[in-house]
Amino acid sequence: MTHVPVQAHARFAETAVERSDFAAIARWITPGSRVLDLGCGDGSLLGYLRDTLNVRGYGIEKDDANVLACVKNGIDVIQMNLEDGLAGFDSLSFDYVILSQTLQAMHHTEQVVREMLRVGKQGIVTFPNFGYWRHRWSLLTGRMPMSKSLPYQWYNTPNIHLCTLNDFEEFCAGLEVRITQRLVMTNGDEVAVLPNLLGSLAIYRFEKSWPIST
Amino acid sequence: MSDISSVGIVVPQTAHFNEPLALKSGAVLPAYDLVYETYGTLNADKSNAVLICHALSGTHHVAGKYSENDKYPGWWDNMIGPGKPLDTNRFFVIGVNNLGGCHGSTGPSSINPGTGKLWGSTFPIVTVEDWVQAQSRLADQLGIKTFAAIVGGSLGGMQALQWTLTFPDRVRNALVIAAAPNLTAQNMAFNEVARQAIITDPEFHGGDYYEHGVVPRRGLRIARMLGHITYLSDDAMGDKFGRKLRSGEIKYSFDVEFEMESYLRYQGDKFAESFDANTYLRMTRALDYFDPAADCNGDLSTALAKAKADFLVISFTSDWRFSPARSREIVKALLDNERSVAYAEITAAHGHDAFLMPDQHYHDIVRAYLENIA
Repeated sequence: MTHVPVQAHARFAETAVERSDFAAIARWITPGSRVLDLGCGDGSLLGYLRDTLNVRGYGIEKDDANVLACVKNGIDVIQMNLEDGLAGFDSLSFDYVILSQTLQAMHHTEQVVREMLRVGKQGIVTFPNFGYWRHRWSLLTGRMPMSKSLPYQWYNTPNIHLCTLNDFEEFCAGLEVRITQRLVMTNGDEVAVLPNLLGSLAIYRFEKSWPIST
Repeated sequence: MSDISSVGIVVPQTAHFNEPLALKSGAVLPAYDLVYETYGTLNADKSNAVLICHALSGTHHVAGKYSENDKYPGWWDNMIGPGKPLDTNRFFVIGVNNLGGCHGSTGPSSINPGTGKLWGSTFPIVTVEDWVQAQSRLADQLGIKTFAAIVGGSLGGMQALQWTLTFPDRVRNALVIAAAPNLTAQNMAFNEVARQAIITDPEFHGGDYYEHGVVPRRGLRIARMLGHITYLSDDAMGDKFGRKLRSGEIKYSFDVEFEMESYLRYQGDKFAESFDANTYLRMTRALDYFDPAADCNGDLSTALAKAKADFLVISFTSDWRFSPARSREIVKALLDNERSVAYAEITAAHGHDAFLMPDQHYHDIVRAYLENIA
């Protein structure tokens, strides 16, 4: 990229401090690889991966304000709606396809995961764990959960397909998607014990277990 | 001029070229003029030049006015000027009238130095590739080795794209706006109807109407009316005119009944007064012939492998003549080649004409992109 301003680099390093999942995702990515970030927002994750791992990355985003933010940040962004599929992308044209904090807001969840593994060799998703104990407690006290990872009211949330770790793993098994790695976090720290209860953020790496057709 | 965001009063210049230009058709143009305008200041290392490529009926008069009393500024004045998205405080901007044009650059209504007569029907058919060659010679004459950016909408976007293929080392950024990698059959069909309107006008005289002291005004007028319909969206025409009647009641005649008819006739008449029919024929042909993938068995990704520029591709949702799907084809081919590309699909009601409109988000995207280029 020739059109990246110097200040952008410093910015993305700062963002990474706030978004601990960025560093976790980065650990799973081979330097210099090709990355597609679905629902890339303002491009922070791609900017971070580009600056730390020298990846060749593109983002997909439908929101005008986010597309503008990406252009400002020197991120290669393609404006389109993920729900329409990834028809413009060739099979296996990326090493990794990332869906960060977006899965729970998708209408066509199965189709998106299948498309991720058509276009990419590996998929990485992150999502808020609905099974987190604070969420469970909210429901026990009779209220819809709200938390740092679920910051919306029931009436204005974009999240329509919330799930727990167990739900997601069962979903992958049904799709014949092989989970290769899992990381569960709360407030930036890894959760090893009772992750479906104590973890607020889930990060999965997966690949297809069905035969590759070309 | 009091408007501080305007480039102010501008003066066109003419560059003369004596070296013959071999055209894609095989014809050779022995010598030619290109008329152009510049805004802003070329920096010491000549690295801040931006070329604006015009569309079908555009000219070199891109920004500013010729006099304080001019009613209208250049055709992209809302985009270009001090502090505007294409900021002339930073960039040295060049607008150039293409070969075959009718606003000062050598074209059918110019004199053929070989015969001393007007070129007329004998002026060769020029292509996007030919324009890019001619523009590169203007750049040579101005001492510009590499453009910071080449920018164009519609047919102008095709030239920006072609630049990245013909001279990959001379373009750092290409802004390809409301363009397409080629025209569809339907799109070419509109051009054919426009040309037939001109060619079958009794005053066309095979393209040598100058000698007869007439112009094929009726044909050119109809061609422009047709074009206008395709540059607007159904919604935009609906909002602007709907079924509004000119005089408030139906008169059961073929005179102007609906406001839309009044608009089309006005646009057609205005255009027929100021534009040359032979130029219109050639501009539409340049559109038809543009197809960089043709030499690569129709594979656009292979065709764009030559490009080294970074790209900003922009389309408009209501543009059905150069639809977003066509821009996405360009984006896909750039992705296949791992080029740096940003693609924005602007929600706009104005159809193809939207690329000329001062839409805030559209301008913000262009501004943001240009602010980041070195």
